[in-house]
Amino acid sequence: MKDYHYTGAVENRFSPYAFNGGTVLAVAGEDFAIVASDTRLSEGYSIHSRDSPKCYKLTDTTVIGCSGFHGDCLTLTKIIDARLKMYKHSNNKTMTSGAIAAMLSTILYSRRFFPYYVYNIIGGLDEEGKGAVYSFDPVGSYQRDTYKAGGSASAMLQPLLDNQIGFKNMEGVQHVPLTREKAVQLVKDVFISAAERDVYTGDALRICIITKEGTKEETIPLRKD
Amino acid sequence: MALSTVLETPGAGFNFDNAARNAALEGLFEGGQTPTPLKTGTTIAGVVFKDGVVLGADTRATSSDVVADKMCAKIHYISPNIYCCGAGTAADTEKTTDLLSSNLSIFSLNSGRNPRMVMAVNILQDMLYRYHGQIGANLILGGVDCTGNHLYTVGPYGSVNKVPYLAMGSGDLAALGILEDGFKHDLELEKAKELVRAAIHAGIMSDLGSGNNIDICVITKEGVDYIRPYQESEYKDDRKMKYKYRPGTTAVLTEKVIPLKLEVVQETVQKMETV
Repeated sequence: MKDYHYTGAVENRFSPYAFNGGTVLAVAGEDFAIVASDTRLSEGYSIHSRDSPKCYKLTDTTVIGCSGFHGDCLTLTKIIDARLKMYKHSNNKTMTSGAIAAMLSTILYSRRFFPYYVYNIIGGLDEEGKGAVYSFDPVGSYQRDTYKAGGSASAMLQPLLDNQIGFKNMEGVQHVPLTREKAVQLVKDVFISAAERDVYTGDALRICIITKEGTKEETIPLRKD
Repeated sequence: MALSTVLETPGAGFNFDNAARNAALEGLFEGGQTPTPLKTGTTIAGVVFKDGVVLGADTRATSSDVVADKMCAKIHYISPNIYCCGAGTAADTEKTTDLLSSNLSIFSLNSGRNPRMVMAVNILQDMLYRYHGQIGANLILGGVDCTGNHLYTVGPYGSVNKVPYLAMGSGDLAALGILEDGFKHDLELEKAKELVRAAIHAGIMSDLGSGNNIDICVITKEGVDYIRPYQESEYKDDRKMKYKYRPGTTAVLTEKVIPLKLEVVQETVQKMETV
């Protein structure tokens, strides 16, 4: 019979991590990349902030989205910024998206036994000017993708992106290449849906659109309840 | 024909008949996740005003972090003069209030009277205490009977409090802030409705477990006004693109048609009496 009221010794540990919610999404196109995130920062059932975007601009052609434990997100982005500066001063050039991704993997793995509780997705343009998305796990495993969702509503968004961008599970549908306008509208629709069903996603959506001209930002409101 | 016992006195002590079965079932889920019960993660509130009681609730039901139901009804009917808001495990609040409602209608039919609030509260308290907190139901009962307007709260372990205003659920602190600020004895109907609406709205905006629309139920001596929804959520999902699929988009891998051979064994014709 299961003990419903445990009466033995109990160990109360301090947990160094907290889950602050948030969803991040990145899509790579022919000559553009989009990184989008919601702006809600929560803990438990409370809201810390309605205006805390999770996309951070690293260079003119690279944006990183970080969700998970906010403390580790802030520290990690500071470390990446410092490393970018160091590279610029030593090598007299800006780091490329691929190089940043490889570097981030080593930074994350260096903390293999006390990980950064962060789900990263890098979006940017590669050396040929084509869109690139790199998705990571908390200890540094990464791969290049065409599209990826991370964070609290990732399980809801990823299948929809698989269907709409990857044309998976569909017969007799023309595989039209993704235009920038359609990609932006898809990202907006997908976040509106996520906000309906995921309690940690909402308040506002920040979209960063990266092209060879630079990075443009757009903010649209989402459900606040 | 003797009058059957209206309500059976429950057996003494705690009824843990299912505990052994539950433990065995848990063994089956080894390695996997046991199914989590649906919790309402709610904001509910009640206020006693001059002519009766106003109850309010949000309409979101969550299953851990996912919204399971965007328009669930948390104000349950108990009797024509008593309604109950429920927070906690959704199945528990549903079944407990249903059971209470059935028992009270048997009582009403037997005695020819509307039940009194204290009877409803006592039956609930009895049942919840007997189950020692296993039934996760946090209830706010509001009603009007021959002795006046009453608002009670019953907790999962069987505790009872009689109060002039109250909020429960995960959004209770936000709602209670509004109630503490705006409550006065003998409020007018419109002010009381607005107070409860504002309290639930505060819960919806501050609490992640509450959201969507607001339901209100006004109970007075004259009758009940169940307004669902009292206020619809201001957030509409305005997706721009259409996500429709042509027939044939899902691949049909194999198709097998088996004709059923039927034969008539017996034929009977029965005339229907229509006046």
